[in-house]
Amino acid sequence: MESKDILQETELEKKHHEFLENNTDFEMRSLDSVCFNESELKHPWWYNLKYAAVGLLFGIVFVKAEIISWFRIQEMFRLQSSHMYGVIGSAVVVGLISVLIIKKFKIKTIYGEPIEFVDKKFNKGQIYGGLLFGLGWAITGACPGPLFAQIGSGATAVIVTLLSAIAGTWVYGKVRDRIPH
Amino acid sequence: MSFIEFIKQPWPWYVAGPLIGLIVPTLLLIGNKTFGISSSLRHICAACVPANIPFFKYDWKKEVWNLFFVAGITLGGFLAFWLLQNPEPIQVNAKLAAELNQYGINDYSGMVPAQLFNWDTLFSVKGLLLMVGGGFLVGFGTRYAGGCTSGHAIMGLSNLQWPSLVATISFMVGGFIMANLLLPFLLKL
Repeated sequence: MESKDILQETELEKKHHEFLENNTDFEMRSLDSVCFNESELKHPWWYNLKYAAVGLLFGIVFVKAEIISWFRIQEMFRLQSSHMYGVIGSAVVVGLISVLIIKKFKIKTIYGEPIEFVDKKFNKGQIYGGLLFGLGWAITGACPGPLFAQIGSGATAVIVTLLSAIAGTWVYGKVRDRIPH
Repeated sequence: MSFIEFIKQPWPWYVAGPLIGLIVPTLLLIGNKTFGISSSLRHICAACVPANIPFFKYDWKKEVWNLFFVAGITLGGFLAFWLLQNPEPIQVNAKLAAELNQYGINDYSGMVPAQLFNWDTLFSVKGLLLMVGGGFLVGFGTRYAGGCTSGHAIMGLSNLQWPSLVATISFMVGGFIMANLLLPFLLKL
């Protein structure tokens, strides 16, 4: 009985792997993802509300720990405070331990799907794009997540910054084939 | 001190950092999602102005969770700022305060300096460069790099991806150059 369960389980994993391999949609997006995951399950739209709930808690942490503060970002880039280094560093440590635990115990999602990771490929865009983003980060005091939270916190003019970031993403998509990667 | 007063104080890094780190396993466990925020900008492009560009021709509806996620972040920012915010202005390093004072920035009440980011300054050279220019660099740069602080620095490093380390170092180098060498000129405008 038990071995049959294991057999079924590995078959499920194999099927999921094939699904990931044959998913052409994913090709385009794989540039961006670290983790080779995509759920095959179809859920009604309101299942997405749980991601909104996680985002809501995230937004509260953003404000309460002053991570979305332009001033804290200026301090970080001038080495005048260790606050942001502590936040990012401890987030990475907790993330790292969580990923290790998920891998070690082959933990599945709440819907029973396996969680699979793939390696990220290096390309020069990570350097060029990274530098450009760094320049923008120090100007706006925000990476994409904090832009949303800054708007929420009443800095309505940041809507312009967000729209411009969307335009920047669009221009990247337009010129992507003509710039070095 | 009541609970609300307690929660209204600024949270230290060792509370905020681990909570953010926990988003990585939470998203994986509740639906096999990879932590990343800048992709939401791509999905917005794909949904609103795909313009037949291959980079935006994919089924964005499959990624709609990411848009719910950023909507949640916006709402969370709103609730925290209006209900849980520390009434005191933010405390910054004295050296930073002295430097900013030279550029006429002394309002510490908001998350962003109200004297730089507002609808009136938008139509000045400085405002255009800061808001429109800065935003453009964030959107273009993150997509070119394939991720932002969440996707590379947190998710990527959590999974020990060296390209993410390269990206994270590049973010920091860009930020140091801007904050220390270029931004003083922009703020003087």
